[in-house]
Amino acid sequence: MPKYLLIMRGTDESNAAMMADIDEMMAATHRFIEEMVKAGVLLAAEGLDDPGQGAVVDFGGEVPVVTDGPYGETKELFGGFFMLDVASKQEAIEWAKRVPAAPGSKIEVRRVPGSDEVPQVHE
Amino acid sequence: MGGADVEAVWRIESARIVAALTRFTGDFELAEDAAQEAVAEALVSWPLASPANPAGWLMATARRRAIDAIRRRTALQDRYALLAARAAVDEEIDPDRIDDDVLALMFVSCHPVLSPEARVALTLRVVGGLSSEEIARAFLVPVSTVQARITRGKKTIAAAGVPFELPSAAERRERLSGVLSVIYVIFTEGSTATSGDRLLRPDLAYEAIRLARTLAALQPAEPEVHGLLALCELTAARFPARTGQDGSPILLEDQDRRRWDISAIRRGLAALARASARGLGPYGLQAAIAATHASAPSVEATDWDRIVVLYEALGRIAPSPVVELNRAVAVAMASGPAQALAIVDELIAADRLPGSHLVPTVRGELLARLGRRSEARAELELAARLCPNRRERSVLLRKAAALS
Repeated sequence: MPKYLLIMRGTDESNAAMMADIDEMMAATHRFIEEMVKAGVLLAAEGLDDPGQGAVVDFGGEVPVVTDGPYGETKELFGGFFMLDVASKQEAIEWAKRVPAAPGSKIEVRRVPGSDEVPQVHE
Repeated sequence: MGGADVEAVWRIESARIVAALTRFTGDFELAEDAAQEAVAEALVSWPLASPANPAGWLMATARRRAIDAIRRRTALQDRYALLAARAAVDEEIDPDRIDDDVLALMFVSCHPVLSPEARVALTLRVVGGLSSEEIARAFLVPVSTVQARITRGKKTIAAAGVPFELPSAAERRERLSGVLSVIYVIFTEGSTATSGDRLLRPDLAYEAIRLARTLAALQPAEPEVHGLLALCELTAARFPARTGQDGSPILLEDQDRRRWDISAIRRGLAALARASARGLGPYGLQAAIAATHASAPSVEATDWDRIVVLYEALGRIAPSPVVELNRAVAVAMASGPAQALAIVDELIAADRLPGSHLVPTVRGELLARLGRRSEARAELELAARLCPNRRERSVLLRKAAALS
């Protein structure tokens, strides 16, 4: 059945708003995760560390080039995800609406194709 | 918001709304009817004006419809007065109570007073939030048949005076195994359709997995719940490799194992580990067999001795001719077709699977491996005549033809 990734996209402002009330945010997220587990739809959930602590591996040249720090100039940085196993895109969207997200952030809803949809490798 | 949005919200909310309303009114039938009325109203009004809180809207509307229905029953005036007084404070679902209520709803939907068909239909509709149309499509039966099963099921629950509560300690184990078997029946119909053109119905298998996940979250200390979940995940992991592009079945030995769903296998193995807490039950043992296949790189490299041992254990705690037949297949792989044929011939002598295509299918395969080609062909042709699934039938006929 369709799997969907809810991709959390935060801005500096929404991240600051979230950090201002991090205890409440953590508690709300915990309740939300529990609700999805009991509905039988949650496959995975992770939050990402500060993008400034990350690195980017660039395949533009002959060898991969590594730079420390966040990815490009993106305003809405990927901050975490929920992987859901739901009945429809509408259901994924309905769950996305219930995410305790900080004001100013966005959630991108993307379908994860099943392995039976990937074209077969011919050798 | 359109019909698909109403369906999506209902998928998430149905169990909690029907459970809360049943608790609230003490009447499962009334609760389910009121909930369905709320869904019907949503289908009309949401496309015109989207509610700010769709889940709350459904709950409030269903509650109003329940109160209307009770009001119509004049004999219950006193009860209505009580409800009206409580309505104001009860708008929100009580989070401390709702898990037990959803669990109680699963037990009611799978109650032994119900026919097996009614248990499946009620569970999918009330707990799973599917419409009668979706259930009918999944089981290839007319919508009116599903509706009749649900209506009759609700009447049976009322007539038998089934209380809305968790089963007592004395009957809990047995009732839980009743719930598990309903989920298993739904899964099996999805993973090996007993009739029709398609071998797999992944949508139906998905519903079973979803129900098993819910049950595992609500009953985390029950090993067999995790065992069933593991069995479903590990079996479904092979779906992408089980049919060709034209929908024809691909046997285990011919499957491209790179197409197995690795994430599903990992979830299945994790559930199996939780199922192993106090020794495996019947579902856990079947899951352990599926796990042995899932972790093998090929049929040849499979630990068939382990599978034989697991089938022997399964045969001791849950004896059945199908388990014996599967044990024969495993014995054939572990020790050769001659020993396996003896097990199958014993089954036939005892007439323990009359009319099943599985016995001649396995016997035909074993005879073919022993080089007894004409006997093998006759068995496979017999199997094809008995086989209810068109896809499987054509595979059997192809195999039989290859032996001439």
